[in-house]
Parts: sequence; structure tokens; C-alpha cells
Amino acid sequence: MPTALGHLRICDFTGQLAGAGATKWLAAFGAEVIRIEDPVTHGLWDILRPMPPFVDERRGPDFGAGFNNHNVEKLGITLNLRTERAREILAEIVKRSDVVSENFAKGVLERWGFGYEQLKQLKPDIIYVSNCGFGQVGPYSDWKTWGPIVQAISGVTHLSGHPGREPAGWGYSYMDHTGGMYMAMAILLALVHRQRTGEGQWVDMSCTDAGLSLTGTALLDYTVNGRPSRREGSPDSNHSASPEMAPHGIYPSRGEDEWIGIACRNDGEWQKLAAKIGASESANSDWVRDVRFASLAGRIAGQDALDAQLASFTRAHEKFALARELQAAGVPAAAVARPQERIDQDENTAAWGLWPTVTHSKMGRVRVDGLPAHLSKTDWKIERGGPCLGEHTELVLNRVLGMSADDVAKLRAEGVV
Amino acid sequence: MSAANATNPQGREADAQRGEAERSSIEPGALHGIRVIELASEKCAWAGKLLADMGADVILVEPPGGDAARNYGPFLGDEPGADRSLYWWHHHTSKRGIVLDLATEPGRTALRKLAASADVVLESEAPGALAAGGLDYADLARLKPGLIHCAITPFGRSGPRKDELATDLTVLAAGGPAWMNGYDDHSLPPVRGLGNQGWAVGCHYGVMSILTAILYRAVSGEGQFIDVSSHAAANVTTEAGSYCWLVAKQTMQRLTGRHASQTPTLGSQMKCADGRYVNTGVPPRKPAEFASLLGWLRSLGLEAKFPEAVFLQLGAERASIDLSKIGQDDEITAIFGAGREAMNLIASRVTAYEFFTGAQRAGLAVGVIFSPEEAYEDPHFKARGFQVEVHHPEFGRSFRYPGAPYAMQKGAWRISRRAPRLGEHTEEVLRELAE
Repeated sequence: MPTALGHLRICDFTGQLAGAGATKWLAAFGAEVIRIEDPVTHGLWDILRPMPPFVDERRGPDFGAGFNNHNVEKLGITLNLRTERAREILAEIVKRSDVVSENFAKGVLERWGFGYEQLKQLKPDIIYVSNCGFGQVGPYSDWKTWGPIVQAISGVTHLSGHPGREPAGWGYSYMDHTGGMYMAMAILLALVHRQRTGEGQWVDMSCTDAGLSLTGTALLDYTVNGRPSRREGSPDSNHSASPEMAPHGIYPSRGEDEWIGIACRNDGEWQKLAAKIGASESANSDWVRDVRFASLAGRIAGQDALDAQLASFTRAHEKFALARELQAAGVPAAAVARPQERIDQDENTAAWGLWPTVTHSKMGRVRVDGLPAHLSKTDWKIERGGPCLGEHTELVLNRVLGMSADDVAKLRAEGVV
Repeated sequence: MSAANATNPQGREADAQRGEAERSSIEPGALHGIRVIELASEKCAWAGKLLADMGADVILVEPPGGDAARNYGPFLGDEPGADRSLYWWHHHTSKRGIVLDLATEPGRTALRKLAASADVVLESEAPGALAAGGLDYADLARLKPGLIHCAITPFGRSGPRKDELATDLTVLAAGGPAWMNGYDDHSLPPVRGLGNQGWAVGCHYGVMSILTAILYRAVSGEGQFIDVSSHAAANVTTEAGSYCWLVAKQTMQRLTGRHASQTPTLGSQMKCADGRYVNTGVPPRKPAEFASLLGWLRSLGLEAKFPEAVFLQLGAERASIDLSKIGQDDEITAIFGAGREAMNLIASRVTAYEFFTGAQRAGLAVGVIFSPEEAYEDPHFKARGFQVEVHHPEFGRSFRYPGAPYAMQKGAWRISRRAPRLGEHTEEVLRELAE
């Protein structure tokens, strides 16, 4: 199968997830992504390199499985940019690259002598995408973030939780994933623009901007109607106001910490759910005929009582069996899946090929996240594990710059790579 | 745009202050010349907006009577109406809208003509529905070689669960995010993150796929079919939730306002003196960070109230701190814990905003938990030009909208028009097709 992006070379300084996630996409579609890391600090700027989980007892910068997950199909080289020779080599790589990508704090690459002005002199149509929490412009641009802070600042934490409680937010770096997606879009958009006009550019990607844009409906309620999201009853994200649905929520099912999501989009789906409950052997199902619940407005107004009654029904049922029965009855429902259930026991993720196994030079065979899109002619390929530190230095310097093994050995002896 | 602005993000600050007149003369967006036919659905609307705001000519096809999302609140002035949904306004900027009845042959014929004029078809129809009407990729690609057809569906086009009924909530429940979000108290239900992110994540991958296919088409001339599963998208968007199981068979457990973890961790969400919350972020880890935290604590007069300050001093004086020794080395464990506790103490004594700015000035990564409007009105986002005005000619006025998710200097993001009123461009588009 041909690759979609095999004609592109990415000079990649990204790390963690917010940056590495972006170039994972490009690498999986065939782009030559060359990770450039610092040999002196063992590449530990990317804090995931030595972090758990691990496949076995071995530890160190080549054994973090999170790093492996985000860096599959990339090449990895080391360059000690404190040396003049390494900076010369980097300049030669930039000249032969389509994109330079990074998610350092603002100004880091410029301090090394590779700001946009310098990059542009090396390669006039270079695309330089910088990604950081607050972007390159604005009063907070020198300040630091990580995923949960981006989520806090941009409103996506505030809007997630149960009423009358503090926000629950997100139990993972949703905005690192999503920031990486917007960074990938920015790179691809700039490539499309270059294709049409011949122009490169510097894209200033800020994860907090991307996060805030996701709250747009709430923002318009504020700018248009003057209604703030900081108000009594907010957050209330298991209910649905846009569109209005009831019942709509996550309800307990049989067992310890087991749950099912149920959503009735209209009166018809509610009637099907009510019929299912009415026909069950529940001790008390009279409540489904409560006239208050006949209309959407009534169900919304009586939502707390409705939720409590529905929970008393769902609690007696196993989540997957109940979800199947409700689906068969025409009601949207799904078990809240634990990691094991969605990864090892879900026929849909298996059929999709969602969890490919890669071969990592030291860890061996490791399962990773695949991609949720299949392209019919140029699908992704995820087979090679993330690079060990400097694993492809010789390969890349040979392939891209024509250096010999001896040249590279000399550079290594001089502390350049 | 000024010459300086063309090469330098700093130029944007001035640019953001300029008037509408100048902005309207901006060069076309990166996707200028790309035509997208979008079949209206809440499941792919966000993808269409992302493409439209980048300059693609997105033609939104609705059934007679309009797409269901026109009835999604909130509404302008809280009055429902097909053209008054703020959900609609947000998700359909920069698109043109037409009405076609795909249940009739003339409607289907018109859609085929539209597809033949297009680069991309974007849709979220139930698997099999388009094929039944002779409107699926196989049919349309015959009319337009090089066509890119992207289907964003809850479970993908072909998997065993493809016909399940789905909403944003059920996708997030089935796909893993819901398991990860919630409170320390597990008698409370897991939490769906703010509305419609299940659809949004599928849309993000849809856009990445379409752009990838556009780049491939440029070198090969070939189009292709793209199958996006929102459920798969949710599955690979849970960070450690997935890879800790994949690698080590560990199950992450939800915790209030912080990363789910196999075993509970110290809280990181604090209520400040004004009743608002902050995320106390990454605890100090480097000697310099312990030094600046100690300095901040002193400047607030709180050192005497914090006996563990001695551990901050110890942390500040060390040459390095090996975090892998937490739980093994007593001193490192105490230093690390004191850092977290000092942050919590300060949070309880100052307002949330003061905590955020004070900590960041001390070089510590923390965040205030803003509501969206608080972020929107914050000087930082204003300086970045995130507030944009969108004109609504039917009201003779403009409204403020959220701005760009990425600041491109060339071919930039721009809302070129407000969302289409029902059938607003039907005649215009059909006339163009006839020409």
C-alpha cells in the first residue's frame, strides 16, 4: 500500500503527548519523522522517556511505555546543540526538511539559534509549528502548563462534573491529546497552503486557545445571552441541555463500581425504555407511568427524581446485558467500559485493529494505541516501536546527509551526537 | 497584513486590534479552492466547521425542515427557532447551507451533481444508508475521480457494533473516557466530560484524515474513502487509561480533578480563599522550584505556619532530586510531599487568580479553573485576538464568537460568515451547478 505522506520529512523536536501525539499521526502515514534529542541529558526533556508503565523490570530512558506509545514509527537521533558542529548538522537537516515541529516553552529553539527567521534562511518555504500551552503571544506566554492546567484555564475542567460539587474535570490529559490533534491539523493545513502558494510559515499553536474553542456553545450563551457558565447548578455534564434529553446520564449497574450510560433522545425512545422497565420483574415500576414524565419538559423538570428511579432499575442489571437489551428495544445505551473491557473484550475495537503490536528495539513486542481512521488507499502503519535514544543517528546522518559510519563514529567521539 | 505580521507572531497583537474592514481583505484561507459537501449531522458538524473556517467552500446539505441540531439550545434570547440555536451558530460558521430531499430522486440527482463538483464529501449517515440511495463513495467516486469521502460514524462503517444507537454520552461511556473521569468518591457516577467531546474527537481525526488525503491526492491524483469511528477515537484518547492496560494490565481509577491512577494520589485541586478552584499542577520537582516555592511562601508570611518548610529548604539545597526514589528514600519523599502541601496551604490563603499568577511568577506550573467566559474575557486571550466579531446581517449587528484554535500567519483561520439560515443558499448553489 502506498503511503499518504511518504514524500515529507519532519524535523521533530516534540515530546510528551501534546507534541509527540501530532507527529505520531504523520509518522503512521509514512512521513519521515526525525526526533532530535539531547544526548547530554539523555533525552529526558521528554519526561515520558523513563516513566512508567514498563513491560518488565528494566528502567531508563529507553523503557517508558508511554513514550513508546506516542513515538511509534519515528526515527530518533541525538544532537548536542551546545556544539557548533551539531548546529551545522541541524542546519543541514532543516534544509532538507518540510516541517520543523516543537512544543518547548516559548523561545527555546530561538535561543539555540533556530528561531523562525533562522529556519527561513536555511529553507525559505519551511513550515515551523510551535505548540505551547499559552502560545507565543500574550501576557501568559512565558508561563508553563501541562495537560490538566490547559484544561483548567480553558474552561473544559469547569464544565465537567456533577451539580453542587467541585468540577471533576478530566482524569487524563485530554488537552494534551487534543492539543496534539490541533498541532497535527496545523502542520497539515500549512502543508496544503504551501502546496497551493509555495509559501512556508510559522504557526503559533496554543493549547489553551484550542481548549477554549471547544466550549463555544457555552461561550455564545454568554456573549449573546449574557448567561455565564459560572452559575448555580453548573457543572452538570452528565445531563444534556444541548440538545435537551432526559433521561440522560450514567447509572449504576450490578456489581462494584459498574455503570451504564443511557440517553433518550426523544419521547419515542423514552416510551421504549419505559415499556422495557414496565415489562421487567422489578418490584416497583409504576413510576414510569408518572404523568410528569410523559413529556420532555416534564422529564427535564423532574430529572433528579427520574434519575433516582431509573438508577433503582439499572442497579439490578449487569451492564453489558442491559445495554444489549436496551439497544434491542431501540434505546441508546452503552456500558461504561473499563480499560480491560474495551481493549481486550470489545469486538469492535478488535475488528478495527485498534491495538497494534509494535517491535521495539529493547522492549520487544509491545501493544500501543492505533488510530481511529482507516484510509482506503493509504492507511496507517504502526509496526516499529518508538526510537531508543539516538537509535537512528547513524542511519539518518547517512540517509539524509550522506555521512559514513566513520564520520558518525568521529562525531560520537567528539560529543557532537 | 503588515510585512512584520507575515513572519512574526508578535505582529498579531496589533493586528487583533484592527477593524473589520481590513480583516475582510485578508488573503484566502489555507483550504481556499477546496469544496466540501457536508451532510448535516451533529456527528460531523465540528469537522465541517474546522474546514470551513480555514477557507474551504463547505456546502451544508440539510433535509426539508432542517437538521435536528437547529433545535438544540441555548437559543438567541432563549426563544427557540430554526435560525436561533447558538449550538447551530457555533458549529456551522463559514458554511453555505442548502436544502435537498434525499428521499426523492431529484434530491439525490442534485447531490450527485454537487459531489461531482466537490473535492470532499463529509457525512455521518448510518452505515448502509447512502449506499441504498446510490450515494455512497463507490457511486460518487465514479462521478468525480479523486473524490475524498469521509464518514464519521459512532462505531465505524463495518464493525460488529456499527448499527448501535449512539449519543455523545454512550460513545464516551463505551470508549473509555467516562471510566476515567469523576470523583474520589466512587459512589458517584463517572463523569462525561463537557458536552459533545465524543463527537468532537471523531471530528478532529476526521479533519486530520481529510487533510492527509488532500496531500496524498496532490502527489497521486487519487481520492479515497475514509472511515472514522468516534468510539475508536475515544478509545485512543485516554492517555494512560489505555497504555497502562496494554502494557502492564493496570486499571486506572478515577480521582477528583486529576489523573486517574491505579492507586489514589494526593489531591491537586484546591479551593482557594475566594471559593474558586485551582489545579495545583505538577508539584515542585527541581531544587530551583523548591527555592522559589519557599520564597513565595515567605513573601506571603506563611513560613511560620508551615513546619515542613524545612523540607523545602532541604529540597532547594540539594544538587538534584531523584523522583524515582519517592517512597523509598525518606528525605526525598518528605521533600516532594512538602512541596505539594505548601502549594495547598498557599491556595487556601489567596484567591484562585492570585494563586495562579503568584505561582506562575514563581516559575511553578499551576492553573486557575476558569469558566469559559472568564477565560474569554481574560487579557491573555484578548491579546491573542481570540475574541472575534461575526456579523449577522439579519439583525444588523455583530456577536462575539470564539476565535482560532491555531494562529496561522498565512492562509489563516477566519470565520467568513455566520452559520447559514435554513435553505439560505439553495438557489445560489443550484444556480452555480447549472452554469
